[in-house]
Amino acid sequence: MSAPSPTILNLPDQSTAQLPRRNFINAEHGLLSWLFTSDHKRIAILYLISITFFFFIGGAFAGLIRLELLTPQPDLVSSDTYNKFFTMHGIIMIFLFLVPSVPATLGNFLIPMMIGARDLAFPKINLLSWYLYVIGGTLTLTALVLGGVDTGWTFTAPLSTHYLNTHVITTASAIFVAGFSSIFTGLNFIVTIHRMRCPGMTWFRMPLFVWAHYAASILMVLGTPVVAIALVLVILERLVGIGVFDPTKGGDPLLFQHLFWFYSHPAVYIMILPGMGVISEVVSTFSRKRIFGYTAVAFSSVAIALFGFFVWEHHMFIMGVSNYSALIFSLLTMLVAVPSAIKIFNWCFTLQMGSITFETPMLYAFGFMGLFTIGGLTGVFLGSLGMDIQLTETYFIVAHFHFVMVGGMLMAFLAGVHFWWPKMTGRMYPESLSKLAAVVTFIGFILTFMPQFVLGYLGMPRRYHAYPPEFQVLNVLSTAGATILGIGYLMPMIYLAWSLKYGAIAGDNPWQATGLEWQTQSPPLTENFIEIPIMDHEAYDYDWLEHKTADEVTHVG
Amino acid sequence: MGISPVLWQFLVKWLNASALFPREASTIAPYMDSLYFFLIAITLVGVFLVAALLVTFSIRYRKAVHPVATQVEGSTLLEATWTIIPLGLFLICFVWGALLYFRIYTPPANSSNIYIVGKQWMWKAEHPEGQHEINALHVPVGQPIQLTMISQDVFHSFSIPEFRIKREVIPGRYSTVWFEATTPGTYHLFCTQYCGTDHSAMIGTITALSPADYKKWTEQSTSGMSLAQNGERIFASMGCNACHTGNAAARGPNLAGVFGSRLRLTNGSDVLVNEAYLRDAILNPSQHVTSGYTPIMPTYQGQISEDGLIDLVEYLKNLNTNDRVQQTLTTSQSGQAAPQASGVVKP
Repeated sequence: MSAPSPTILNLPDQSTAQLPRRNFINAEHGLLSWLFTSDHKRIAILYLISITFFFFIGGAFAGLIRLELLTPQPDLVSSDTYNKFFTMHGIIMIFLFLVPSVPATLGNFLIPMMIGARDLAFPKINLLSWYLYVIGGTLTLTALVLGGVDTGWTFTAPLSTHYLNTHVITTASAIFVAGFSSIFTGLNFIVTIHRMRCPGMTWFRMPLFVWAHYAASILMVLGTPVVAIALVLVILERLVGIGVFDPTKGGDPLLFQHLFWFYSHPAVYIMILPGMGVISEVVSTFSRKRIFGYTAVAFSSVAIALFGFFVWEHHMFIMGVSNYSALIFSLLTMLVAVPSAIKIFNWCFTLQMGSITFETPMLYAFGFMGLFTIGGLTGVFLGSLGMDIQLTETYFIVAHFHFVMVGGMLMAFLAGVHFWWPKMTGRMYPESLSKLAAVVTFIGFILTFMPQFVLGYLGMPRRYHAYPPEFQVLNVLSTAGATILGIGYLMPMIYLAWSLKYGAIAGDNPWQATGLEWQTQSPPLTENFIEIPIMDHEAYDYDWLEHKTADEVTHVG
Repeated sequence: MGISPVLWQFLVKWLNASALFPREASTIAPYMDSLYFFLIAITLVGVFLVAALLVTFSIRYRKAVHPVATQVEGSTLLEATWTIIPLGLFLICFVWGALLYFRIYTPPANSSNIYIVGKQWMWKAEHPEGQHEINALHVPVGQPIQLTMISQDVFHSFSIPEFRIKREVIPGRYSTVWFEATTPGTYHLFCTQYCGTDHSAMIGTITALSPADYKKWTEQSTSGMSLAQNGERIFASMGCNACHTGNAAARGPNLAGVFGSRLRLTNGSDVLVNEAYLRDAILNPSQHVTSGYTPIMPTYQGQISEDGLIDLVEYLKNLNTNDRVQQTLTTSQSGQAAPQASGVVKP
């Protein structure tokens, strides 16, 4: 035998290979066939295009923020404009990018295929959910075009209810509507996972990607209505002055934050859990091994979802809440950190005894593990009551949640997009360029957000338009990093678009992965499978895959 | 060593100008920093461990040297290890953090009080002896200072990084924090809760002075009227003394010595009379009727500013006898008879 190749990438002979004649992309033609589709794969593509659009708008605001913070003086834009920048950055990135990112694109595309179903349980509700997302996005852009909004993404009452005269109602309605898109997606996933698994697909044969989405869906369905209520109360307060958050009418301004964080903390897990699902698939595939402790990883997703509902007050430790309730919420916060630690170590030990290769998705997954570990452990700083007093509302918080959301979730999203790109489009992207992009993103990220931890302990408050001059060195480093990060995000945009026409034909299963989605043609048929598959093996069973491939070779030969 | 003095100077300046953590200027700071370093140590160990596992396995089990993977289901022992050890470490962080939290938010009995009012976009500090400051606060070193804070409009947050303290300043409710400065000097005061347009301009300077300098400062900068004296004037001008005369037959309860006592209310509950209670009872009297009295007191919501309320609270805190209430009552009745008659608002 010759020396083993350093990659598992296995493409068909390019001189003869071609895309399958019939697939979901060319099944129907014309814009209307996309806008009125009920195919989960087409809806996933619609979502992918729309969230990418909003990602780059949100990213542009991030760039403007970092540009302003290059100097201590408030010299680039006025304070009101700066406040609108970070508000728009937060609202777009959280509600229009991070929350739908993995679930509505990859989840939508893959969950039915992974469990051997032809579509989601409610295909039309799935399309409705995309339209709601588009309406929410359009309302946000309307608020932006009309002059913007400067509440911060947290809408803190009474600032948002009584003191601002920007487009708060439009923006709050936008998030309200987009919230229902997320509820419908969650509902669809829960019903699909319960009712539509193929024969033999027991709960513990499901890929961990599906488990993670199941946990995230529970959070979407139970958490999102609460933020909807909070935003409706803000709108009513502005329109008719109902006084729920107004102390002069017997209301409590702190109540808003309780309602808001009751959703917005679980929302963090809505964002990160699907990303963890992606990492499980990628790590297993590129180490050719079943995930170490499958059951523990599956249940840790559910544990995160459950505990995630009982930690919201840790956003309010300094807000004059009872010291004893703070004690309980701090303890629960420490407990929710444990399942994440379990996942990280299980992924590490999946590598042990494996046969590891380092394709682009794997590089992004390594980036995820490093950055998420830092993001998670700095969360322990903030969960530790006394430490939180110094760190909350400073750049430490900003750095912490960007490590989790951007270093964690965005890395996972990119890992997933690169991993399933050949399945979705039937074509490969240029491998060395994409590896470069992964490395550039990692370096840019570290340089952007590491200095912000230091700034935070020094006391630099978040959402500051101007800052004392002694903080400048660290801010310049951070802005320099953001520039590199921006390049790292533009690169995939370009080469992925290029690959749609010029990429190598990928074939059914370029990564030799075990999931059911890889056992069909790429891009798949509209109905996913010619006949519903039967799951006769465990998840991540590489021996089964090897025998199957060997069988096919003998039969065809 | 032949290092150029210019380069040396530059290095020293650069290192001084880019500190990695803030000066320790309060008694809390060393406690905060030791927890911070402990947490950093845990983080470094955790990150190093994960990185070491990733790198070691990547080298040892890369496809070139380990072409066929060996399937392993898992290991209960290993998984229990990396559940229990992190849990134990996190619980240490919890206990340590909780102890620190209670230390920062429990003022010592001998602390002296300063009032802070936050508004868009400035900080007002009111010393009981009558010094008023804007975006500045002078404090003595070696003396525990308690801040009683309230916001006139939106949420603000009062943060002094060098003292390692921070507390939200809330509309409609007093919040407190305390510190004891250790080193004379000037320090940053930041508003850390986003509060609108000029959030980043809602900053100020904390000046910690030696006790002698502080004494000098208080004498030079007093307005001549203590907060309690201001409060006495408001008490008379709002007509509070008409009912709260201190007589047994008065329509309102006797307020002398009421601060710090326990009251039984008409709804049957027992309350401790503190600053927050006094403020609430003035603004929302029908919810705070002392047992044995009828709910006849009108609300003063919107009629007294937060500064005025602080003056009243400070007056009531120091009210030990009713002698002067009687005096001001007679003077205000004789002196203000005419304006009162003309000032009646007809609905």
